[in-house]
Amino acid sequence: MIEETKRMGMERFFGSYQSLFFITMTLFIIYPFMVSDYYIDVAFFFGIYALLGLSLNIVLGEVGLFDLGHAGFYAIGAYTTAILNTKFGVPILILLPVSALAAALFAYLVCSPIIHLRGDYLCIVTIGMGEIVRIALINNPFDLTGGPNGVYGIDFPSLGGPFVIDSSIEYYFLIWLVVALSIYGLIRLQHSHIGRAWNYIREDEVAAGASGVDVRHYKLLAFVLGAALAGVAGNIYASKLMCVSPESFSFWESCLMFCIVLIGGMGSIPGVLIGAAFISLFPEIFRPFAMYRMLIFGTVMILMMMFRPGGAWPRKRSGIEFTSFLTRKDRRRDG
Amino acid sequence: MEVFLEQFINGLTIGSFYALIALGYSMVYGILKLINFAHGDFFTLGSYVGYTVLVFGSAVVTTHFGLWGGLIAAMIVAAACVAFMGVVVERAAYRPIYPAGRLPAVVSALGASIFIQNTIMVIWGPRYQAYPASLIPNIHIQIGGLHITMLQIVILAMSFMLLGILYWIIQKTTFGAAIRATALDKDTASLMGIDFNKVIFFIFTLGPALGAITGVMVGMYYRQISFTMGWNYGLKAFTATILGGIGNLPGAMFGGLILGVLEMFGAAYISAAWKDVFVFLILILVLIFRPTGLFGEKVAEKV
Repeated sequence: MIEETKRMGMERFFGSYQSLFFITMTLFIIYPFMVSDYYIDVAFFFGIYALLGLSLNIVLGEVGLFDLGHAGFYAIGAYTTAILNTKFGVPILILLPVSALAAALFAYLVCSPIIHLRGDYLCIVTIGMGEIVRIALINNPFDLTGGPNGVYGIDFPSLGGPFVIDSSIEYYFLIWLVVALSIYGLIRLQHSHIGRAWNYIREDEVAAGASGVDVRHYKLLAFVLGAALAGVAGNIYASKLMCVSPESFSFWESCLMFCIVLIGGMGSIPGVLIGAAFISLFPEIFRPFAMYRMLIFGTVMILMMMFRPGGAWPRKRSGIEFTSFLTRKDRRRDG
Repeated sequence: MEVFLEQFINGLTIGSFYALIALGYSMVYGILKLINFAHGDFFTLGSYVGYTVLVFGSAVVTTHFGLWGGLIAAMIVAAACVAFMGVVVERAAYRPIYPAGRLPAVVSALGASIFIQNTIMVIWGPRYQAYPASLIPNIHIQIGGLHITMLQIVILAMSFMLLGILYWIIQKTTFGAAIRATALDKDTASLMGIDFNKVIFFIFTLGPALGAITGVMVGMYYRQISFTMGWNYGLKAFTATILGGIGNLPGAMFGGLILGVLEMFGAAYISAAWKDVFVFLILILVLIFRPTGLFGEKVAEKV
């Protein structure tokens, strides 16, 4: 029985894409040995955006909460790392869980009073939260954040011992290891009671509450987990760039994350990877077009939504669904 | 007291900009439930078109119609161009996507915003542009201890006139009634004979046109414009929309004015660097205690 459940789990993991999965894995491992450092760095930033996309996907994709201030959590993670490392010399990899905890704690404190807001009201409050974080960083409270210049001189990731991550290839493997672990964890979450409760809230909050799902608790949990992952991304980002400054965490960055989730498909993990690839690789591919590339970027965003409004790789709904009871229009109204 | 009054007037000036932009957001939101991220960029586009007219075309107009003619010509040209752009964007980027739901439309709106912003950058260049100086004679007026410039009076008068006209259109005319009815219930409004497409056409010309005129006024007021400024003003105006109660048009106007005044008081009495934090904190507090904004009506939850 347990064996069978496990096998079913594996099948759910890969579905019919098992071969695709292994080919991608192999490509990912040999890729950095085939190309120059520049392209390894491009793939590194793809990894950062993938991690950010995954973190927002918990809030936006799984629970359907509009969060346009996610860069705030990312900033908290990055600055926690930057400050503790430069002021107290704590090794980066030890700060990885610390940054995650700091961002999660911040999310818990900030989101507790606002979690009851709905739809666009929650959206504007998260925008406000993100902006407050950014402006606070610029204004250099207690002389910690270095104002508009930010904090620089952050170490390479290490545990304090002789093992130090200091080349592009090692960074590449670090970020993609973290991404792979997160994906594994998130797929497990999707199939747990937590994931089901989240999706229930996304589909119909009132019904979920009426059938005994603690809506407030699960929404907060989503924010806290999402923020923790964003904090991890911030930690790795800070040590890769060796400096952090407030302009890396603007409203624009939050919008990019929002686009990653929607371009890929809400709640779909392969979708997030596609969205992250689009956001991070597109500007690189179109570099020869110089000043026209963002113009093309905007156009392609519109076109993608025209032709694949559900995202590039929408999540398949599992289980039985009474589509005939719900007309398309009803579902649209919930959005 | 003088500082208080001066800051109040500064706040009203900025607030009226926010209010005019917020109206565009609120109209679109009320009817399509779409956060039109491109609206801030309509505002920027208006500012740039107005700049071009004032720099290159105003000599012709000004010699024939005087200074006011030049200014008004700049505003009309900007409003017309941007209104046209608004309709084009609606047709090209939003209309094909409505049936898919609200979230894809948000991404499309962001795409449109990036597109317009970069079009502006390609046409006018990435550097700051400066509006011609002393369009309005630089006269200081002193009432008691209160200093006001002529420019401020002109801008305040113009924006309040526009807000008044808009208020009249929305509350008193048939078109306004159609907009309000459609915002309230699209299906019933269509059954009552309101042409949905006409309403959409109307809001996507009126909103961007207002944004464009605001753009020209902001250019006159600060004299410096950049292709990314729409982002900041758009964010503030959207905040104002929510503060006033989303979809509620008079609410958006008052939300904008309140936001501007709060911002200026925050800058004067707390700290200029923290003024935006102050504004957003007040917004968050308002929403915690009044989750539908200051003037929003409580909407019963549909099950």
